[in-house]
Amino acid sequence: MKAAVIVFPGTNREQDMVDALSACMGNDPILVWHGDPTVPDVDLIVLPGGFSYGDYLRSGAMAARSPVMRDIIAKSEKGVPVLGVCNGFQILTETGMLPGALMRNADLKFVCKDVRLKVETSQSLFAGGYQAGQVIRVPVAHHDGNYFADEETLDRLEDRGQIAFRYCDEDGGLNRDANPNGSIRNIAGIYNEAKTVLGMMPHPENMIESAQGGTDGLALFSGMVEALS
Amino acid sequence: MTDVTITPELVAEHGLTEEEYGRVLALQGREPTITELGIYSVMWSEHCSYKSSKKWLKTLPTEAPWVICGPGENAGVVDIGDGQAAIFKMESHNHPSFIEPYQGAATGVGGIMRDVFTMGARPIANMNALRFGHPDHAKTRHLVAGVVAGIGGYGNCMGVPTVGGECDFHPSYNGNILVNAMTVGLASTDAIFYSAAAGVGNPVVYVGSKTGRDGIHGATMASAEFDDDSEEKRPTVQVGDPFTEKLLLEACLELMATDAIVAIQDMGAAGLTSSSVEMAGKGGVGIELNLNEVPARETHMTAYELMLSESQERMLMVLKPGSQGQAKAIFDKWELDFAVIGRLTDTGHIVLKKDGDRVADIPLDGLNDAAPEYDRPWTETAARAPLDPAGVAEPDDYADALMRLMACPDVASKRWIWEQYDHLIRGHTLQRPGSDAAVVRIPDSRKGLAITTDCTPRYCYADPRTGGAQAVAESWRNITATGAKPLAMTDCMNFGNPERPQIMGQFAGCIMGMGDAGRALDYPIVSGNVSLYNETNGEAVLPTPAIGGVGLLDDVDAMATVAFKQAGDAVIVVGAGRGHLGSSLYLREITGSEDGPPPAVDLEAERRNGDFVRQLIRGGKVTACHDLSDGGLAVGLAEMCLAGGMGAEVSLPASDLPRHAALFGEDQARYVLSVVAGSADEVIDAAASAGVPANVIGKTTGDGHLTVGECFTISVADMRRAHEQWLPDYMAAP
Repeated sequence: MKAAVIVFPGTNREQDMVDALSACMGNDPILVWHGDPTVPDVDLIVLPGGFSYGDYLRSGAMAARSPVMRDIIAKSEKGVPVLGVCNGFQILTETGMLPGALMRNADLKFVCKDVRLKVETSQSLFAGGYQAGQVIRVPVAHHDGNYFADEETLDRLEDRGQIAFRYCDEDGGLNRDANPNGSIRNIAGIYNEAKTVLGMMPHPENMIESAQGGTDGLALFSGMVEALS
Repeated sequence: MTDVTITPELVAEHGLTEEEYGRVLALQGREPTITELGIYSVMWSEHCSYKSSKKWLKTLPTEAPWVICGPGENAGVVDIGDGQAAIFKMESHNHPSFIEPYQGAATGVGGIMRDVFTMGARPIANMNALRFGHPDHAKTRHLVAGVVAGIGGYGNCMGVPTVGGECDFHPSYNGNILVNAMTVGLASTDAIFYSAAAGVGNPVVYVGSKTGRDGIHGATMASAEFDDDSEEKRPTVQVGDPFTEKLLLEACLELMATDAIVAIQDMGAAGLTSSSVEMAGKGGVGIELNLNEVPARETHMTAYELMLSESQERMLMVLKPGSQGQAKAIFDKWELDFAVIGRLTDTGHIVLKKDGDRVADIPLDGLNDAAPEYDRPWTETAARAPLDPAGVAEPDDYADALMRLMACPDVASKRWIWEQYDHLIRGHTLQRPGSDAAVVRIPDSRKGLAITTDCTPRYCYADPRTGGAQAVAESWRNITATGAKPLAMTDCMNFGNPERPQIMGQFAGCIMGMGDAGRALDYPIVSGNVSLYNETNGEAVLPTPAIGGVGLLDDVDAMATVAFKQAGDAVIVVGAGRGHLGSSLYLREITGSEDGPPPAVDLEAERRNGDFVRQLIRGGKVTACHDLSDGGLAVGLAEMCLAGGMGAEVSLPASDLPRHAALFGEDQARYVLSVVAGSADEVIDAAASAGVPANVIGKTTGDGHLTVGECFTISVADMRRAHEQWLPDYMAAP
């Protein structure tokens, strides 16, 4: 399997993503600079975390209009899987590849801590390593992770099984205390309709070995590699 | 050369004394231009010249076989084996953070990271030591919120994890908060970059952000006391742009992988002035700059403004001839300014030109070597009478006393703060904030760095020499408690007005104590910063020599953490408890007194006990380890229960001490360990042979309670609530 990790000015979690992917793929993903007109032919394109363009204007807004994104959108339309984590999720919503928007956290503060996620479905090339309903623990680290979409969009996402992860408590309960940023319906990650694009705020790439305090993020990568190899 | 007339008032506004101005006249042989006056003013400010502290700093231990570069460079460098070096420094940004907390703290973090990556290191961890005024003071909440947001805003964007620190409150900081930021970076020992310029004719290159009118006179502001009008100094606070610094970091590291750089220094305090003067001065060359080439954010900036601006995210480099094209291509890629603004000369002077005029011409050896150096008068702090623990009131209710200590501002959980810092980015944070020391792994290795910041200002105030030694000893102990070998430290010396003999005495005392401890523990100081004049309307901060320590774990799998791991482990206290309550947290929080001397620091015992503990950890004998400090044994045990979600049942070691002294006494050189029950005897025997006091005091339990003999039983869940709630409740209050 081959993967490409896109680097924008201000991207800062690309190495974390490379470490997680290479641990599961057995080879290093290609780093692609934002100014490159095209992404090489790969099995997976990843938009990693960070502060592309300093989060100036709006998180992800400027990266969404950078040259490389035109090619990513085209490749995605042809079915190449795209994973966006944190700033990557923000970029995906800014391009319209995923619906909704990520607003400033409800308490207006940056938040970095472990959260619990409920895996809503295992029926995707990204989540095959999990069981539906499984509760996993991974960290978040963001200032703008407060997912919002209108009711109609949300209902459609639910109906079509496009909710990937929701913030929950240790027992899988969906409540306000378990929600670190005020996201509507506790949404932490969503798919596009074809489930070839996943955007999520939490960082599974920072929870892949016990030294990091847990390994729950690993199955996302091992599952993807299994599905795409 | 200039239209500005140099009047005595103008000289005074520049913070130069009459005597110092006399030196300027002698060195120049004429009246200086306004630009020259500005340059002398900042270079001879306390902040840049260390004129009051130099005499004392020279007495500190700075060498060890593993020290590659001690004080005097942008940061200190220590060898961590395998061709790798840890590069680190701590710096204050106190004055600006009080005036504009977000930008003041943010640019403090930006500045210290530049100090580290300018030497060729990728920053891998940030720490901070914060001191605020009394929680009830009208400004404290606003300052905490702004400083924490600023530190997070900058470090998070840079992608450098902020892995720990400390945060205390005391009324002495009401008018002068302390914001000390530390960065640790990782470099190859064969690719470390220094600041001494060399090669007459070599191009001098400016990279990074454009120069604006912000931060002019920041160094001068940081060298004076505050008064009621200090908020009018807001324009002297710089504005940070972490995005540009992230680009600057990547561009510099990319250029450093080539062979193009002769010397490099960041533009921090006093901006283009200090970087150009120090680089040329260290290299024993001259430098000529054409200020029309300096990338400027605003039009019509004068030479004076360009030289004194403290705009952030800028670097000055001397390149090898012929490498400009290669270097420029890298900075173009990162969309950063790159300008050749001058060249090195053999004149020994700094010469500045603007619009064809020679606006400054200063002999560098005069500026650097003839800088004032003061042996300020000082008085020793009077020794306090011993405080008999038997004379200190016993609490009516031990459980209540412990709960109050766990929820007091200095002990309460700082989760509200560190959850605003990305402490996990890079994926190598093995011990998160809230530990004795943070631990970050060295990528692609089994090695880790243990990092800590420590100081107990109330001890330093009561007895500067003991307090200085204690700060170093606690730092060394915190690193030891992870199993790491302490390598070296950086310091941030925060004091009041050195022109007052009492303050100078605090400074001298702390330095002597730090020197004693550094020598005894083989723990040299490799970098640091002095911040004086932390004083408002004559009220000085508590003497606060913050120590940033770095240690090395050869194998992170053998690391110890604070958390009790399993029920049934034996709990062992290492070190002698003498029930010292003078200047203790118990005394202050429970009885309302800050009286008494600090606990004695027996450096031989520190070393013996610490070496013993480290060896036990490395031998895999220890399931948890915590050093004892604020709040003594009771708080230490409570923290271990909280970290592990475990209980413990212990009884106080047999002694003649009053129970509250045994529980809350802050005697030094002590640790609490847990070991699997079967190996307790072996550990006690080993301690006896090593001459280390050690006693089994009880065992860990799974029942969710901490019980201390006949004193109390307390629910860990209740304790957690008290410990976790204070800060969020405080910050949420209107």
